[in-house]
Amino acid sequence: MTHRTGVVEPPPLDSPIAGAATNAAGRRLLRGRSATSLTRASGLGLGVALMWFSLLVLIPLTAVLVQASEGGWSAYWESLRSPQTFAALRLTVGQAILVTVVNIFMGTTIAWVLVRDHFPGKQVLEVVIDIPLALPTIVAGLVLLSLYGPSSPLGVNWANTPVSVFLAFLFVTLPFIVRTVQPVLLEIEPEVEEAAASLGASQFTIFSRVILPSLAPAIASGAALSFCRAISEYGSLVLLSGNLPYSTEVASVRILSYIEGDKLTEAAALASILLIVALIVIVILDVISRRVARYA
Amino acid sequence: MRDTAGSQTATRWVLRVLVVGYLFLLVIWPVVLVAQETFAHGLAPVIDALRQAEVIFAFQLTLSAAFWAVVINTIFGVGISLLLVRYTFPGRRTLNALVDLPLAVSPIVVGLSLILVYSGRTGWLGGSLEQAGLQIIYAPPGIILATAFVSMPLVIREVMPVLQEIGTEQEQAARSLGASALQTFARITLPAIRWALLYGVVLSLARSLGEFGAVKIVSGGVAMRTQTATLLVEERYQQFGVENSIIAYTAAFILALIAVVALVVVSSFQPQKGRR
Repeated sequence: MTHRTGVVEPPPLDSPIAGAATNAAGRRLLRGRSATSLTRASGLGLGVALMWFSLLVLIPLTAVLVQASEGGWSAYWESLRSPQTFAALRLTVGQAILVTVVNIFMGTTIAWVLVRDHFPGKQVLEVVIDIPLALPTIVAGLVLLSLYGPSSPLGVNWANTPVSVFLAFLFVTLPFIVRTVQPVLLEIEPEVEEAAASLGASQFTIFSRVILPSLAPAIASGAALSFCRAISEYGSLVLLSGNLPYSTEVASVRILSYIEGDKLTEAAALASILLIVALIVIVILDVISRRVARYA
Repeated sequence: MRDTAGSQTATRWVLRVLVVGYLFLLVIWPVVLVAQETFAHGLAPVIDALRQAEVIFAFQLTLSAAFWAVVINTIFGVGISLLLVRYTFPGRRTLNALVDLPLAVSPIVVGLSLILVYSGRTGWLGGSLEQAGLQIIYAPPGIILATAFVSMPLVIREVMPVLQEIGTEQEQAARSLGASALQTFARITLPAIRWALLYGVVLSLARSLGEFGAVKIVSGGVAMRTQTATLLVEERYQQFGVENSIIAYTAAFILALIAVVALVVVSSFQPQKGRR
C-alpha cells in the first residue's frame, strides 16, 4: 500500500485488557492503514471527551491518592499496619493468589476441553462460563449461598468461614483465563499436536513442549485479570462471608467500614493499594500484548 | 499405536468429566437452586412481591440509571474509539491504557473516589455543585455517575477493534466525493460498527443493571428514594420473615434472568463477530 505524503500513521492500539495475547493477527492487518493528526472538529471532540473522562474517572481516582497522603507517610503506614486492616489485606491477597493458581489449572483445562473436545451440550457450557461475569455480584453471593450455605443440599455450611471467600473469588474469576486462552488455542492447529504424537511424543510432552509455550502469554494475562478481579471483589461476599473481622473480612469490606465510620483517610490509604495493583495489572497486560504482537 | 489412542480417549474423558463436574458444582447447580428457592412457595407470592411499591420503585430507579449510563457510555465510547483509532495526538497510548482502568478497580474504590470529589459536605467539587442546586451523592445523579464509571470501557472495547479493522478507505472515498463528516459517519462508519456497538451496549446494560458496590456507597440506599434493585436484594435478604426473603429472591431472580437473557442475546451475535 502506498501512502500519500503528510498522512501520519499511528501505531495500532489494543485494549490492554481485551487485546492481550489475542489480537496479534489483527495488529498485522493494521499496518498500512492511515490516520491523521487532529483537525479542529476532532480536537474539540477530544477536549470534550477528556473533560468527561477526567470528571468521571481521573479526578476521583486522583482524589483517592491525595486523600491517602493527607496525613503523610507515617499515618499512611500506620493505617495499613493496624491489625484488622492488615488481616483483611492478608486474607484478600492470600485467597486471590490461591484462586488464581486454581484458575490457571482449571481455566486452561476448560479452554482445552471447549476447543478440542466435542460432545453434546458443549454450547451450554460456553454460556455457563460467562454467567459469573454477567450475574450481578449480589446475586452471585445468593447463588453460592444456596449450595454452600446453611440450607445446602450437600450438607456443608461454609457461610461465614474463610472458605466462602475462596468460593466467591473462584466464582467471579471463572471466565478470565478460559476466555484469554480459548482464542489462542483455536489458532494452534491440531495437526501440530498430531505430528508430535506421530513422532512418539507422550501426551505430557506434547502439552508441555508444544501447547504450553504458545499459551503462556494468554495464561499470564488471564491470571493477572483474575488476581485483580479477586482482590477488588465486594458484592458477592456481602451475604456470603458475614464480613467477620480477622476471619472473613476482605480489603473492600474494610474500606467500606472506614467510609461508614467517616474515616476517609484510612479508607483512601487501603483503597490506594487496590488502585496501585489495578494500575500494575494494566501495565503488565499492555507489556504482554505488545510482546505477543512483536513475535507474532 | 492403539495404546496411545486408548489413553488419549481416557484422558479426554477424564478432562471432560472434570470440567463438567467443576462447572456443575460452581455455577449450574447453585443457579438452579436459586430459581427453585424463588418459586418454592409457588407463583403467587412472587407476583405479590413484584406488586410491592418498593420493588417497583427499585427496578424503575435501576432501569433509568442504567439507561442514562448506557446513553452516556455509548456517545463517549464511540467518540473516544474514533479518536483513539483515527487520530494521533500526544498521550494517545496512555489514554488507551487508562480507559480500561474502571474495569480493574474495585467498585468500593469507585464509590470512595466519587464521594471524595462529589460529596456535598467534603468533596472537591461537591460543595460548589450543591450550592448551584445539584446534589450528586445520595441522589440519582450519583447513581448514574457510579454506574457510568464501572461500565465505561465495555462499548469502547467492542467498537475499537472493528474500527481498526474496517480501515479508512471507504470513509476517505466518501469524503472525497463530497460527503460531510456527519454524513460519512452516519452512512459509512456507523453501519460498519453496528454489531459491535450493539454488543457493547448489551454488555454495558447488563453491567449497569447489576452494579452494587459503587452504587451502595454513593446512593445511601434509602428505600423509595435511592434504593436500586441490587440494594433491595441485600436489604431484604438480611431482614427476617418469609415475605422479605421472597422479595429478595424474586428481585435476584429477575436480575439473574436479565443477565442470562443478555448473555444469550450477546452470544447469538458471536457469528457476526467471528466473520468480521
